[in-house]
Amino acid sequence: MSTTTTDVPSHGGHGEHEHNPYHQHHFTTMEQQFDTSKLGMWLFIVTEILLFGGLFVGFGLMQHRYPREFIEAHEHLKQLIGGHPFPLYGAVNTIVLLVSSWTMVMGVNAAQTNQKDKTVRYLVITILLACVFLVIKYVEYSHKFHDGLLPGKFYSHQAEDLIKGTYGYHTFFSFYFMMTGLHGIHVLVGIVLLSWLAMRARRGDFTSAYYTPVDLVGLYWHVVDMIWIYLFPLYYLIS
Amino acid sequence: MEPAVTSGARIGDRPRPKKNYLNETKGIWSWMTTVDHKRIGIMYLVGTLVAFLLGGIFALLVRLTLLTPQHTMFGMQVTAETYNRFFTLHGAIMVFLFIIPSIPGSLTNFVLPLMLGAKDVAFPRLNLASFYLWIVGAIMAIASMIIGAVDTGWTFYTPYSTTTSGTVTLMTAAVFVLGFSSIFTGLNFIATVHKLRAPGMGWFDMPLFVWGMYSTAVIQVLATPVLGITLVLLMLERVFQIGIFDSRIGGDPVLFQHFFWFYSHPAVYIMILPGMAIISELIPTFSRKTIFGYRAIAYASVSLALVSFIVWGHHMFVAGQSQLATVVFSALTFLVAIPSGVKVFNWLTTMYQGNISLESPMLYAIAFLMLFAIGGLTGIFLGTLSTDIHLTDTYFVVAHFHYVMMGSTVTAFVGGLYYWWPKMTGRMYNEKWGQVTAVLWFIGFNATFLPQFILGSRGMPRRYYNYLDQFQPLHAFSTVGSWIIGLSLFMTAAVLLASLRKPADAPDNPWGGTTMEWQTSSPPITHNFEDQPVLEHEPYDYRPKAVTH
Repeated sequence: MSTTTTDVPSHGGHGEHEHNPYHQHHFTTMEQQFDTSKLGMWLFIVTEILLFGGLFVGFGLMQHRYPREFIEAHEHLKQLIGGHPFPLYGAVNTIVLLVSSWTMVMGVNAAQTNQKDKTVRYLVITILLACVFLVIKYVEYSHKFHDGLLPGKFYSHQAEDLIKGTYGYHTFFSFYFMMTGLHGIHVLVGIVLLSWLAMRARRGDFTSAYYTPVDLVGLYWHVVDMIWIYLFPLYYLIS
Repeated sequence: MEPAVTSGARIGDRPRPKKNYLNETKGIWSWMTTVDHKRIGIMYLVGTLVAFLLGGIFALLVRLTLLTPQHTMFGMQVTAETYNRFFTLHGAIMVFLFIIPSIPGSLTNFVLPLMLGAKDVAFPRLNLASFYLWIVGAIMAIASMIIGAVDTGWTFYTPYSTTTSGTVTLMTAAVFVLGFSSIFTGLNFIATVHKLRAPGMGWFDMPLFVWGMYSTAVIQVLATPVLGITLVLLMLERVFQIGIFDSRIGGDPVLFQHFFWFYSHPAVYIMILPGMAIISELIPTFSRKTIFGYRAIAYASVSLALVSFIVWGHHMFVAGQSQLATVVFSALTFLVAIPSGVKVFNWLTTMYQGNISLESPMLYAIAFLMLFAIGGLTGIFLGTLSTDIHLTDTYFVVAHFHYVMMGSTVTAFVGGLYYWWPKMTGRMYNEKWGQVTAVLWFIGFNATFLPQFILGSRGMPRRYYNYLDQFQPLHAFSTVGSWIIGLSLFMTAAVLLASLRKPADAPDNPWGGTTMEWQTSSPPITHNFEDQPVLEHEPYDYRPKAVTH
């Protein structure tokens, strides 16, 4: 029925004699179960993208409404490096997440090929990178809080360039905190999921016959990464 | 073809298995932790029907207030605020707690895996999670009424919703949670339809009910996240004044309407497609005839789902949209009539020269055809720019969407409930009284809502708690009609519940249906089928020799 799963090891469900403990009763084969789980995850990812999509559209419309204000406001996301403004936090975080996506891929691959220790190791590195991302985000948020660059009614920036009460400035920071905040929540959820995976991997739950959770959380993690890839230019690189 | 067996005899059936999904395990805990789609379906049915009762009570209160032009109900004073709360609670409960989750959560949860010959839905635990999210959302919604009040209407339009003092934030949070319940249900059905069909069952061997629910599920998954984020934005606007919808701080109130209807127009099809899905089962079964234009109906379901995403602007013809946009949205709206018409004509052609028997489900199906025709055609009036400007925000609109949401979807829901009741409970209800409820329902519905078309075209605005004296006869007529509707629904409850008092007597296939849910026992065993059913004939195959079980 399905021909899309070339990476599934062939001995998963064929051996009728050995029953896989993770095989749920309403699926005929482990392949069917894996395919179904993966389809479900993709559908969930679609809903995630649409959820963020609403915010992207909102940002786009507000940027269209206040183009000058948005560009002026975004300068505050940059730091002076050798006298030039450079989006230091954003750029470093982009690299951190990209590397974590790579370690995630390596983790999934290790699980598929029965390498238990390697799976655990890569999952732990991914978790650490996710934590680095959040720490950098925390530092970045602290600076904004200190400068009064806050969303909505909390906006209290005192410097002359972004005058309080001017339409657009507080809207920019509203969207900035909403979108990076929602993304941050997803990173946090990712850390919880990855920790759960690492524990199960240490227990030896995952084999080439059953590694569905690793694969699905991997997909989720790549989506979290990909959303950041869009957020970074949207906020830090507009001109 | 055998006539339908409505007596207690189990003609030609296997002996009834002792254990079924209802008595396999016992105790409240076994229900609360169940992952059986049939039990979850029953729990959803009970939950959504309680919501229906609650929303119905508010509807009766609204109609009672409108009985006279005075601001009174039984001599008690009704303030504008109270009236606003009545219609908001009626609308919000009916839409978010009843119509959207009812058919997918209850009947579909029960029937869809059976129709596919599957043991369960793809993700049984997610299915249970969806039900509990519904419970949480329902509690939040009801709490928002008890703690404070919501008076925005179910659409939560800005700027009113960002400035009114009511508990709008809690209510929108409730709807956000209910949205995820709906997404999980839809996601589950899509995966089930893709991956768990019986051996040999291709896409065009599926019952049309499954096609309808598949299309519904696609909308649930694609549209609901946008509503979710819209409501989050609305909550944040109220709490933090983020400056997106409130024009005092640089926002755009019309943007909310765009965001809201981008979900909520497709949501209207989340409401009507399940109704059509049920009708596609009832008509061939009670006409004893293969459905006419199977593929056309299947494609019509999918195309309705797709078209639903590009017509949202017709809710905003007078909200300051550009003229070009209104013309484009008006033209696109007419597209909806094509797949809808295809379906109605195919159902009628199925009935033509069929061997029609008028059991209760079929009476409801016929009522659906008439009510949906009126509801659908008046939609064309409203999609036409020149007439819409006259009819915007009048009772014409109220009557139109009640004909579609209630006259069509609820009619189909009740018909489907009668149809699958023997399968779900193992009991036959009293057929004669069931037929009486159908007739009362049809009379009561038209008595309530036909006058509202006239009221609207004469200028009676919606959401007003009083009116000019000249409108009183029609309003009074409508209010009396609402009592007949209430009577019919209470009788339906009595007819169905009365059947539970007697021992199981329903045959496996009381109506002579050809889809797979009728191949298992009534009520089904926990794992649905003794043996994996295999597709032997196309759905709705009523040629004599093919039905030999």
